[in-house]
Amino acid sequence: MGGDEIEITPEVTAERIRKYLEQEKRFDGRKLDEFRDIIIEEDVSKKAEGSVRVKLGKTEVLVGIKMDVAAPYPDPPNKGNLMVTAEFLPLSSSRIELGPPKFDSIEVGRIIDRGIRESKLIDLEKLCIIEGEKVWTVFIDIYTINDDGNILDAAGIGAVAALKLAKIPKYDTEKKKVLYGEYEGKMPLRKMNPFAITVHKIGKHLILDPTREEEDVSETRITVGSSDGVIYSLQKGNSSYFSVEEIEESFKIVEKAWKELFKKVEAQLK
Amino acid sequence: MTTKDSNFKRPDGRKLDELREFEAKVGIIPNADGSAMYRSGDTIAIAAVYGPKKMHPQHSQNPEKGTLRCTYNMNSFSVSERIRPGPSRRSTEISKITEWALEPVLMLEKFPNMVVDIHINIIQADAGTRCAGINAAAMALAHAGIPMRDMVSSVSVGKLDKTIVVDLSKEEEDYEEGEGPTDIPISMTHSGNITHFQLDGKIEPKQLMEAIEMAKKACEKIYEVQKKALKDSINMEDTD
Repeated sequence: MGGDEIEITPEVTAERIRKYLEQEKRFDGRKLDEFRDIIIEEDVSKKAEGSVRVKLGKTEVLVGIKMDVAAPYPDPPNKGNLMVTAEFLPLSSSRIELGPPKFDSIEVGRIIDRGIRESKLIDLEKLCIIEGEKVWTVFIDIYTINDDGNILDAAGIGAVAALKLAKIPKYDTEKKKVLYGEYEGKMPLRKMNPFAITVHKIGKHLILDPTREEEDVSETRITVGSSDGVIYSLQKGNSSYFSVEEIEESFKIVEKAWKELFKKVEAQLK
Repeated sequence: MTTKDSNFKRPDGRKLDELREFEAKVGIIPNADGSAMYRSGDTIAIAAVYGPKKMHPQHSQNPEKGTLRCTYNMNSFSVSERIRPGPSRRSTEISKITEWALEPVLMLEKFPNMVVDIHINIIQADAGTRCAGINAAAMALAHAGIPMRDMVSSVSVGKLDKTIVVDLSKEEEDYEEGEGPTDIPISMTHSGNITHFQLDGKIEPKQLMEAIEMAKKACEKIYEVQKKALKDSINMEDTD
Protein backbone atom coordinates (compact mmCIF):
# COMPACT_ATOMS: atom_id res chain seq x y z
CA MET A 1 0.00 0.00 0.00
CA GLY A 2 1.36 3.39 -0.92
CA GLY A 3 1.48 5.87 1.91
CA ASP A 4 -1.03 8.21 0.30
CA GLU A 5 -3.71 5.59 -0.30
CA ILE A 6 -6.74 5.37 1.90
CA GLU A 7 -6.89 2.07 3.68
CA ILE A 8 -10.45 0.89 3.46
CA THR A 9 -10.35 -2.63 4.87
CA PRO A 10 -10.41 -2.05 8.64
CA GLU A 11 -8.06 -3.91 10.95
CA VAL A 12 -10.91 -5.89 12.56
CA THR A 13 -11.79 -7.34 9.16
CA ALA A 14 -8.14 -8.06 8.42
CA GLU A 15 -7.86 -9.84 11.77
CA ARG A 16 -10.93 -11.92 10.98
CA ILE A 17 -9.60 -12.87 7.54
CA ARG A 18 -6.38 -14.12 9.14
CA LYS A 19 -8.29 -16.04 11.84
CA TYR A 20 -10.50 -17.74 9.25
CA LEU A 21 -7.45 -18.76 7.24
CA GLU A 22 -6.08 -20.52 10.33
CA GLN A 23 -9.04 -22.89 9.87
CA GLU A 24 -8.57 -22.94 6.08
CA LYS A 25 -11.73 -20.87 5.64
CA ARG A 26 -12.64 -17.77 3.65
CA PHE A 27 -15.57 -15.36 4.01
CA ASP A 28 -17.20 -16.57 0.79
CA GLY A 29 -16.77 -20.26 1.59
CA ARG A 30 -14.12 -20.92 -1.03
CA LYS A 31 -11.14 -23.18 -0.57
CA LEU A 32 -7.79 -21.40 -0.33
CA ASP A 33 -6.82 -22.40 -3.88
CA GLU A 34 -10.23 -21.88 -5.44
CA PHE A 35 -11.11 -19.19 -7.99
CA ARG A 36 -14.42 -17.35 -7.94
CA ASP A 37 -16.89 -18.11 -10.74
CA ILE A 38 -15.56 -16.88 -14.03
CA ILE A 39 -17.81 -15.53 -16.76
CA ILE A 40 -16.50 -14.50 -20.17
CA GLU A 41 -18.71 -12.47 -22.49
CA GLU A 42 -17.63 -12.07 -26.09
CA ASP A 43 -17.64 -9.04 -28.38
CA VAL A 44 -18.34 -6.19 -25.99
CA SER A 45 -17.34 -3.71 -28.71
CA LYS A 46 -18.10 -4.14 -32.38
CA LYS A 47 -15.33 -1.69 -33.24
CA ALA A 48 -12.64 -3.79 -31.64
CA GLU A 49 -10.86 -6.53 -33.56
CA GLY A 50 -11.68 -8.77 -30.63
CA SER A 51 -13.04 -8.03 -27.17
CA VAL A 52 -14.28 -9.66 -24.00
CA ARG A 53 -15.74 -8.89 -20.64
CA VAL A 54 -14.32 -11.04 -17.85
CA LYS A 55 -16.09 -11.37 -14.53
CA LEU A 56 -14.33 -13.00 -11.64
CA GLY A 57 -16.96 -12.90 -8.94
CA LYS A 58 -17.70 -9.19 -8.60
CA THR A 59 -14.46 -8.15 -10.28
CA GLU A 60 -14.99 -7.09 -13.86
CA VAL A 61 -12.62 -6.02 -16.63
CA LEU A 62 -12.97 -5.30 -20.33
CA VAL A 63 -10.21 -6.27 -22.72
CA GLY A 64 -10.17 -5.13 -26.34
CA ILE A 65 -7.79 -5.75 -29.22
CA LYS A 66 -7.12 -3.02 -31.79
CA MET A 67 -4.71 -3.28 -34.69
CA ASP A 68 -2.92 -0.72 -36.77
CA VAL A 69 -0.16 -0.67 -39.35
CA ALA A 70 3.16 0.87 -38.36
CA ALA A 71 6.85 0.60 -39.03
CA PRO A 72 8.52 -2.36 -37.28
CA TYR A 73 11.28 -1.91 -34.77
CA PRO A 74 14.64 -2.19 -36.56
CA ASP A 75 15.32 -5.38 -34.63
CA PRO A 76 13.61 -7.56 -35.81
CA PRO A 77 12.27 -5.93 -39.01
CA ASN A 78 9.89 -8.79 -39.85
CA LYS A 79 7.78 -8.99 -36.70
CA GLY A 80 4.58 -7.30 -35.67
CA ASN A 81 4.52 -5.12 -32.56
CA LEU A 82 2.70 -5.73 -29.29
CA MET A 83 1.50 -3.05 -26.85
CA VAL A 84 -0.37 -3.80 -23.66
CA THR A 85 -1.84 -1.07 -21.49
CA ALA A 86 -4.14 -1.19 -18.51
CA GLU A 87 -6.27 1.62 -17.20
CA PHE A 88 -7.81 1.60 -13.76
CA LEU A 89 -10.96 3.60 -14.31
CA PRO A 90 -12.22 5.80 -11.48
CA LEU A 91 -15.67 4.32 -12.12
CA SER A 92 -14.48 0.92 -10.95
CA SER A 93 -13.67 1.84 -7.37
CA SER A 94 -13.85 4.78 -4.99
CA ARG A 95 -10.14 4.45 -4.35
CA ILE A 96 -9.08 5.19 -7.90
CA GLU A 97 -8.44 8.83 -8.58
CA LEU A 98 -8.25 10.69 -11.85
CA GLY A 99 -4.83 11.53 -13.16
CA PRO A 100 -1.82 10.05 -14.85
CA PRO A 101 -1.40 6.25 -14.66
CA LYS A 102 -0.40 5.01 -11.23
CA PHE A 103 2.00 2.19 -10.65
CA ASP A 104 -0.72 -0.51 -10.32
CA SER A 105 -1.94 -0.04 -13.85
CA ILE A 106 1.57 0.14 -15.30
CA GLU A 107 2.42 -3.11 -13.54
CA VAL A 108 -0.68 -4.92 -14.79
CA GLY A 109 0.12 -3.82 -18.36
CA ARG A 110 3.71 -4.96 -18.10
CA ILE A 111 2.98 -8.33 -16.48
CA ILE A 112 0.33 -9.22 -19.06
CA ASP A 113 2.60 -7.98 -21.87
CA ARG A 114 5.47 -10.18 -20.75
CA GLY A 115 3.32 -13.32 -20.37
CA ILE A 116 2.01 -12.97 -23.90
CA ARG A 117 5.32 -11.89 -25.42
CA GLU A 118 7.52 -14.50 -23.76
CA SER A 119 5.15 -17.40 -24.41
CA LYS A 120 5.08 -16.35 -28.09
CA LEU A 121 1.31 -16.87 -28.07
CA ILE A 122 1.01 -14.47 -31.02
CA ASP A 123 3.00 -15.49 -34.09
CA LEU A 124 4.32 -11.98 -34.65
CA GLU A 125 6.20 -12.97 -37.81
CA LYS A 126 2.88 -13.57 -39.51
CA LEU A 127 1.95 -9.97 -38.77
CA CYS A 128 4.58 -8.61 -41.14
CA ILE A 129 3.19 -6.89 -44.23
CA ILE A 130 6.38 -5.60 -45.88
CA GLU A 131 9.64 -6.51 -44.16
CA GLY A 132 11.37 -3.49 -42.66
CA GLU A 133 8.52 -1.19 -43.67
CA LYS A 134 5.08 -2.25 -42.56
CA VAL A 135 3.92 -4.55 -39.81
CA TRP A 136 0.79 -4.86 -37.71
CA THR A 137 0.82 -3.52 -34.18
CA VAL A 138 -1.45 -5.41 -31.80
CA PHE A 139 -2.82 -3.22 -29.01
CA ILE A 140 -4.26 -5.03 -26.02
CA ASP A 141 -6.10 -2.54 -23.84
CA ILE A 142 -7.45 -3.42 -20.43
CA TYR A 143 -10.05 -1.40 -18.53
CA THR A 144 -11.28 -2.07 -15.03
CA ILE A 145 -15.05 -1.87 -14.55
CA ASN A 146 -15.39 -3.13 -11.01
CA ASP A 147 -12.46 -3.81 -8.72
CA ASP A 148 -13.22 -6.48 -6.17
CA GLY A 149 -9.68 -7.81 -6.12
CA ASN A 150 -7.45 -9.76 -8.49
CA ILE A 151 -7.77 -7.45 -11.48
CA LEU A 152 -4.43 -8.87 -12.62
CA ASP A 153 -5.60 -12.46 -13.21
CA ALA A 154 -8.91 -11.31 -14.73
CA ALA A 155 -6.98 -9.07 -17.15
CA GLY A 156 -4.65 -11.91 -18.14
CA ILE A 157 -7.51 -14.30 -18.86
CA GLY A 158 -9.25 -11.50 -20.79
CA ALA A 159 -6.18 -10.78 -22.89
CA VAL A 160 -5.80 -14.42 -23.97
CA ALA A 161 -9.55 -14.76 -24.64
CA ALA A 162 -9.75 -11.51 -26.63
CA LEU A 163 -6.77 -12.55 -28.76
CA LYS A 164 -8.50 -15.85 -29.57
CA LEU A 165 -11.48 -13.93 -30.89
CA ALA A 166 -9.49 -11.28 -32.75
CA LYS A 167 -9.49 -10.92 -36.52
CA ILE A 168 -7.03 -9.02 -38.70
CA PRO A 169 -8.55 -6.08 -40.61
CA LYS A 170 -8.00 -5.71 -44.35
CA TYR A 171 -5.17 -3.44 -45.39
CA ASP A 172 -5.20 -1.50 -48.65
CA THR A 173 -1.53 -1.41 -49.65
CA GLU A 174 -2.09 1.15 -52.42
CA LYS A 175 -3.98 3.68 -50.37
CA LYS A 176 -1.96 2.72 -47.29
CA LYS A 177 -5.11 2.47 -45.29
CA VAL A 178 -6.52 0.00 -42.79
CA LEU A 179 -10.07 -0.97 -43.78
CA TYR A 180 -11.55 -1.34 -40.33
CA GLY A 181 -14.66 -3.49 -40.22
CA GLU A 182 -13.50 -5.69 -43.11
CA TYR A 183 -11.40 -8.66 -42.11
CA GLU A 184 -8.96 -10.89 -43.88
CA GLY A 185 -8.06 -13.51 -41.34
CA LYS A 186 -7.74 -14.59 -37.75
CA MET A 187 -5.11 -13.52 -35.28
CA PRO A 188 -2.18 -15.94 -35.78
CA LEU A 189 -1.96 -17.72 -32.42
CA ARG A 190 -0.05 -20.72 -31.20
CA LYS A 191 -1.91 -23.44 -29.31
CA MET A 192 -1.41 -22.31 -25.74
CA ASN A 193 -3.05 -20.38 -22.92
CA PRO A 194 -0.52 -18.32 -21.00
CA PHE A 195 -2.78 -17.19 -18.14
CA ALA A 196 -1.22 -15.13 -15.40
CA ILE A 197 -2.12 -16.65 -12.04
CA THR A 198 -1.28 -14.88 -8.80
CA VAL A 199 -0.64 -16.56 -5.46
CA HIS A 200 -1.04 -14.32 -2.41
CA LYS A 201 0.57 -14.87 0.97
CA ILE A 202 -1.36 -14.03 4.13
CA GLY A 203 0.50 -15.10 7.24
CA LYS A 204 1.56 -18.65 6.49
CA HIS A 205 -1.24 -19.22 4.01
CA LEU A 206 -1.12 -19.16 0.25
CA ILE A 207 -4.38 -18.23 -1.46
CA LEU A 208 -5.67 -17.66 -4.97
CA ASP A 209 -8.03 -15.07 -6.44
CA PRO A 210 -8.34 -12.70 -3.45
CA THR A 211 -11.32 -10.42 -3.01
CA ARG A 212 -10.65 -6.71 -2.44
CA GLU A 213 -10.49 -7.25 1.33
CA GLU A 214 -8.21 -10.26 1.05
CA GLU A 215 -5.96 -8.44 -1.38
CA ASP A 216 -5.63 -5.61 1.14
CA VAL A 217 -4.49 -8.09 3.78
CA SER A 218 -2.09 -9.89 1.38
CA GLU A 219 1.51 -9.42 2.47
CA THR A 220 3.14 -10.42 -0.78
CA ARG A 221 2.25 -12.10 -4.05
CA ILE A 222 3.76 -13.94 -6.96
CA THR A 223 2.27 -13.86 -10.44
CA VAL A 224 3.16 -16.78 -12.70
CA GLY A 225 2.42 -16.68 -16.42
CA SER A 226 2.34 -20.29 -17.61
CA SER A 227 0.77 -22.68 -20.07
CA ASP A 228 0.72 -26.50 -19.91
CA GLY A 229 3.16 -26.61 -16.99
CA VAL A 230 5.79 -24.34 -18.57
CA ILE A 231 6.51 -20.96 -16.97
CA TYR A 232 7.07 -17.98 -19.28
CA SER A 233 6.93 -15.00 -16.96
CA LEU A 234 6.96 -14.38 -13.28
CA GLN A 235 6.87 -11.46 -10.93
CA LYS A 236 6.90 -11.18 -7.18
CA GLY A 237 5.04 -8.13 -5.96
CA ASN A 238 4.85 -6.19 -2.71
CA SER A 239 7.10 -6.08 0.30
CA SER A 240 7.60 -9.07 2.57
CA TYR A 241 9.16 -12.27 1.35
CA PHE A 242 8.58 -15.86 0.24
CA SER A 243 10.65 -18.74 1.53
CA VAL A 244 12.03 -21.09 -1.13
CA GLU A 245 9.51 -23.75 0.06
CA GLU A 246 6.61 -21.33 -0.36
CA ILE A 247 7.74 -20.58 -3.92
CA GLU A 248 7.80 -24.30 -4.71
CA GLU A 249 4.33 -24.70 -3.22
CA SER A 250 3.11 -21.73 -5.28
CA PHE A 251 4.20 -23.40 -8.50
CA LYS A 252 2.09 -26.44 -7.61
CA ILE A 253 -0.93 -24.29 -6.76
CA VAL A 254 -0.58 -22.42 -10.06
CA GLU A 255 -0.28 -25.60 -12.10
CA LYS A 256 -3.47 -27.00 -10.62
CA ALA A 257 -5.38 -23.74 -10.96
CA TRP A 258 -4.26 -23.32 -14.58
CA LYS A 259 -5.83 -26.66 -15.52
CA GLU A 260 -9.14 -25.68 -13.97
CA LEU A 261 -9.12 -22.22 -15.54
CA PHE A 262 -8.24 -23.67 -18.93
CA LYS A 263 -11.33 -25.91 -18.85
CA LYS A 264 -13.60 -23.05 -17.83
CA VAL A 265 -12.28 -20.64 -20.45
CA GLU A 266 -12.37 -23.23 -23.24
CA ALA A 267 -15.95 -24.15 -22.39
CA GLN A 268 -17.10 -20.53 -22.61
CA LEU A 269 -15.34 -19.54 -25.80
CA LYS A 270 -17.30 -22.01 -27.93
CA MET B 1 22.71 -29.83 -7.63
CA THR B 2 22.49 -27.62 -10.68
CA THR B 3 22.00 -28.65 -14.26
CA LYS B 4 25.32 -29.86 -15.55
CA ASP B 5 25.93 -29.65 -19.24
CA SER B 6 29.60 -30.19 -19.87
CA ASN B 7 29.24 -29.30 -23.56
CA PHE B 8 27.86 -25.86 -22.88
CA LYS B 9 30.36 -23.04 -23.32
CA ARG B 10 29.60 -19.54 -22.08
CA PRO B 11 30.64 -16.80 -24.51
CA ASP B 12 33.14 -15.34 -22.05
CA GLY B 13 34.40 -18.75 -20.92
CA ARG B 14 32.95 -18.55 -17.41
CA LYS B 15 31.88 -21.64 -15.47
CA LEU B 16 28.11 -22.13 -15.20
CA ASP B 17 28.04 -20.96 -11.58
CA GLU B 18 30.71 -18.30 -11.97
CA LEU B 19 29.80 -14.66 -11.41
CA ARG B 20 31.35 -11.96 -13.55
CA GLU B 21 34.29 -10.19 -11.95
CA PHE B 22 32.58 -7.93 -9.45
CA GLU B 23 33.39 -5.31 -6.87
CA ALA B 24 31.64 -3.14 -4.33
CA LYS B 25 32.55 0.17 -2.81
CA VAL B 26 30.84 2.07 -0.03
CA GLY B 27 30.95 5.83 0.53
CA ILE B 28 31.28 7.23 -2.97
CA ILE B 29 29.02 10.28 -2.76
CA PRO B 30 30.03 12.66 0.03
CA ASN B 31 26.74 14.60 0.10
CA ALA B 32 24.61 11.51 0.62
CA ASP B 33 23.73 10.00 4.00
CA GLY B 34 24.81 6.68 2.57
CA SER B 35 26.15 5.64 -0.82
CA ALA B 36 27.64 2.71 -2.66
CA MET B 37 28.76 1.40 -6.01
CA TYR B 38 28.32 -2.14 -7.29
CA ARG B 39 29.95 -3.36 -10.47
CA SER B 40 29.44 -6.72 -12.14
CA GLY B 41 31.45 -7.05 -15.33
CA ASP B 42 30.54 -4.04 -17.43
CA THR B 43 27.41 -3.19 -15.47
CA ILE B 44 27.94 -0.34 -13.03
CA ALA B 45 25.31 0.91 -10.59
CA ILE B 46 25.63 3.65 -8.01
CA ALA B 47 23.15 4.34 -5.23
CA ALA B 48 22.69 7.16 -2.75
CA VAL B 49 20.45 7.29 0.31
CA TYR B 50 19.03 10.54 1.65
CA GLY B 51 17.12 10.38 4.91
CA PRO B 52 15.30 9.47 6.97
CA LYS B 53 13.82 12.92 6.55
CA LYS B 54 10.38 14.38 7.02
CA MET B 55 7.95 13.30 4.31
CA HIS B 56 6.48 16.09 2.20
CA PRO B 57 3.69 16.68 1.39
CA GLN B 58 2.26 16.02 4.81
CA HIS B 59 -0.69 13.97 3.55
CA SER B 60 1.79 11.40 2.22
CA GLN B 61 3.10 10.76 5.71
CA ASN B 62 2.47 7.39 7.28
CA PRO B 63 2.18 7.71 11.09
CA GLU B 64 2.82 3.97 11.55
CA LYS B 65 6.11 3.61 9.74
CA GLY B 66 8.55 5.34 7.49
CA THR B 67 8.27 5.17 3.72
CA LEU B 68 10.94 3.81 1.42
CA ARG B 69 11.05 5.63 -1.89
CA CYS B 70 13.28 4.40 -4.67
CA THR B 71 14.09 5.78 -8.08
CA TYR B 72 15.95 3.72 -10.64
CA ASN B 73 17.35 5.64 -13.55
CA MET B 74 19.51 4.70 -16.51
CA ASN B 75 21.82 7.31 -17.91
CA SER B 76 20.99 7.98 -21.56
CA PHE B 77 24.50 6.98 -22.57
CA SER B 78 24.65 3.79 -20.50
CA VAL B 79 23.54 1.65 -23.47
CA SER B 80 24.56 1.40 -27.13
CA GLU B 81 21.39 2.98 -28.49
CA ARG B 82 20.75 6.13 -26.51
CA ILE B 83 17.66 5.91 -24.32
CA ARG B 84 15.42 8.89 -23.78
CA PRO B 85 16.18 10.50 -20.43
CA GLY B 86 13.45 10.49 -17.81
CA PRO B 87 11.14 7.85 -16.37
CA SER B 88 9.70 5.06 -18.52
CA ARG B 89 7.29 2.23 -17.78
CA ARG B 90 10.29 -0.04 -17.35
CA SER B 91 12.13 2.23 -14.93
CA THR B 92 8.93 2.88 -12.95
CA GLU B 93 8.51 -0.85 -12.48
CA ILE B 94 12.14 -1.45 -11.52
CA SER B 95 11.95 1.37 -8.96
CA LYS B 96 8.99 -0.32 -7.29
CA ILE B 97 10.56 -3.79 -7.51
CA THR B 98 13.64 -2.38 -5.77
CA GLU B 99 11.53 -0.92 -2.95
CA TRP B 100 9.85 -4.30 -2.50
CA ALA B 101 13.21 -6.11 -2.56
CA LEU B 102 14.65 -3.95 0.22
CA GLU B 103 11.71 -3.03 2.45
CA PRO B 104 11.40 -6.43 4.18
CA VAL B 105 14.79 -5.97 5.88
CA LEU B 106 14.36 -2.32 6.90
CA MET B 107 13.07 -1.37 10.33
CA LEU B 108 10.99 1.47 8.98
CA GLU B 109 8.66 1.33 11.99
CA LYS B 110 11.33 3.35 13.79
CA PHE B 111 10.70 6.32 11.50
CA PRO B 112 7.00 7.24 11.42
CA ASN B 113 6.12 10.14 9.12
CA MET B 114 9.58 10.02 7.57
CA VAL B 115 10.85 9.01 4.18
CA VAL B 116 14.05 7.31 3.10
CA ASP B 117 14.98 8.12 -0.48
CA ILE B 118 17.23 5.84 -2.53
CA HIS B 119 18.41 7.06 -5.89
CA ILE B 120 19.95 4.47 -8.19
CA ASN B 121 21.83 5.44 -11.30
CA ILE B 122 23.06 3.07 -13.95
CA ILE B 123 26.24 4.47 -15.43
CA GLN B 124 27.05 1.60 -17.74
CA ALA B 125 24.75 -1.27 -18.63
CA ASP B 126 25.64 -4.80 -19.66
CA ALA B 127 22.63 -6.74 -18.30
CA GLY B 128 21.68 -7.26 -14.69
CA THR B 129 21.23 -3.57 -13.95
CA ARG B 130 18.30 -4.00 -11.54
CA CYS B 131 20.30 -6.56 -9.53
CA ALA B 132 23.38 -4.33 -9.47
CA GLY B 133 21.15 -1.44 -8.38
CA ILE B 134 19.65 -3.47 -5.54
CA ASN B 135 23.11 -4.60 -4.38
CA ALA B 136 24.35 -1.01 -4.34
CA ALA B 137 21.18 0.27 -2.66
CA ALA B 138 21.33 -2.35 0.12
CA MET B 139 24.89 -1.27 0.93
CA ALA B 140 23.98 2.42 0.76
CA LEU B 141 21.13 1.85 3.25
CA ALA B 142 23.49 0.13 5.68
CA HIS B 143 26.05 2.89 5.15
CA ALA B 144 23.38 5.49 5.97
CA GLY B 145 22.81 3.72 9.27
CA ILE B 146 19.20 2.75 8.57
CA PRO B 147 18.45 -0.11 11.01
CA MET B 148 18.28 -3.37 9.06
CA ARG B 149 17.33 -6.90 10.07
CA ASP B 150 19.39 -8.47 7.32
CA MET B 151 21.29 -7.71 4.13
CA VAL B 152 19.86 -8.12 0.63
CA SER B 153 21.89 -9.50 -2.28
CA SER B 154 20.70 -9.80 -5.82
CA VAL B 155 21.71 -11.74 -8.90
CA SER B 156 20.29 -12.63 -12.27
CA VAL B 157 20.23 -16.33 -13.02
CA GLY B 158 19.48 -17.44 -16.55
CA LYS B 159 18.67 -20.41 -18.65
CA LEU B 160 20.50 -20.42 -21.98
CA ASP B 161 18.80 -23.00 -24.17
CA LYS B 162 18.60 -25.75 -21.50
CA THR B 163 21.49 -24.81 -19.24
CA ILE B 164 21.25 -22.78 -16.04
CA VAL B 165 23.97 -20.16 -15.61
CA VAL B 166 24.51 -17.32 -13.18
CA ASP B 167 24.92 -13.55 -13.72
CA LEU B 168 24.05 -13.12 -17.39
CA SER B 169 25.99 -10.69 -19.52
CA LYS B 170 24.25 -8.73 -22.28
CA GLU B 171 25.67 -11.11 -24.87
CA GLU B 172 24.13 -14.03 -22.98
CA GLU B 173 20.84 -12.20 -22.50
CA ASP B 174 20.61 -11.99 -26.30
CA TYR B 175 21.42 -15.71 -26.72
CA GLU B 176 19.37 -17.07 -29.59
CA GLU B 177 20.07 -20.78 -29.92
CA GLY B 178 17.69 -23.56 -28.89
CA GLU B 179 15.17 -22.36 -26.35
CA GLY B 180 16.89 -18.98 -26.19
CA PRO B 181 17.47 -17.06 -22.98
CA THR B 182 15.36 -17.03 -19.83
CA ASP B 183 16.24 -14.18 -17.51
CA ILE B 184 15.53 -14.71 -13.80
CA PRO B 185 16.56 -11.85 -11.49
CA ILE B 186 16.32 -12.86 -7.83
CA SER B 187 17.05 -11.00 -4.60
CA MET B 188 17.49 -12.74 -1.28
CA THR B 189 18.14 -11.91 2.31
CA HIS B 190 21.24 -13.47 3.83
CA SER B 191 18.91 -15.83 5.73
CA GLY B 192 17.65 -17.13 2.39
CA ASN B 193 14.22 -15.53 2.01
CA ILE B 194 13.21 -14.27 -1.42
CA THR B 195 12.31 -10.58 -1.55
CA HIS B 196 12.40 -10.11 -5.32
CA PHE B 197 11.74 -12.59 -8.09
CA GLN B 198 11.04 -12.04 -11.77
CA LEU B 199 11.26 -14.15 -14.88
CA ASP B 200 11.01 -13.74 -18.63
CA GLY B 201 11.42 -16.70 -20.94
CA LYS B 202 10.51 -20.35 -20.71
CA ILE B 203 11.23 -22.82 -17.93
CA GLU B 204 9.72 -25.73 -16.05
CA PRO B 205 9.13 -25.45 -12.29
CA LYS B 206 11.65 -28.18 -11.43
CA GLN B 207 14.49 -26.44 -13.24
CA LEU B 208 13.39 -23.12 -11.79
CA MET B 209 13.96 -24.55 -8.31
CA GLU B 210 17.52 -25.40 -9.40
CA ALA B 211 17.94 -21.84 -10.60
CA ILE B 212 16.86 -20.54 -7.18
CA GLU B 213 19.43 -22.79 -5.54
CA MET B 214 22.14 -21.40 -7.84
CA ALA B 215 21.03 -17.84 -7.07
CA LYS B 216 21.27 -18.58 -3.36
CA LYS B 217 24.90 -19.64 -3.68
CA ALA B 218 25.76 -16.63 -5.80
CA CYS B 219 24.04 -14.28 -3.32
CA GLU B 220 26.23 -15.67 -0.55
CA LYS B 221 29.33 -14.66 -2.52
CA ILE B 222 27.91 -11.21 -3.21
CA TYR B 223 26.98 -10.84 0.46
CA GLU B 224 30.60 -11.40 1.50
CA VAL B 225 31.77 -8.65 -0.84
CA GLN B 226 29.03 -6.27 0.34
CA LYS B 227 29.98 -6.94 3.95
CA LYS B 228 33.64 -6.37 3.26
CA ALA B 229 32.95 -3.09 1.44
CA LEU B 230 30.93 -1.86 4.40
CA LYS B 231 33.67 -2.83 6.86
CA ASP B 232 36.31 -1.17 4.70
CA SER B 233 34.32 2.08 4.65
CA ILE B 234 34.27 2.17 8.45
CA ASN B 235 38.01 1.58 8.68
CA MET B 236 38.59 4.37 6.17
CA GLU B 237 36.52 6.79 8.18
CA ASP B 238 38.35 5.80 11.36
CA THR B 239 41.70 6.73 9.96
CA ASP B 240 40.47 10.10 8.66
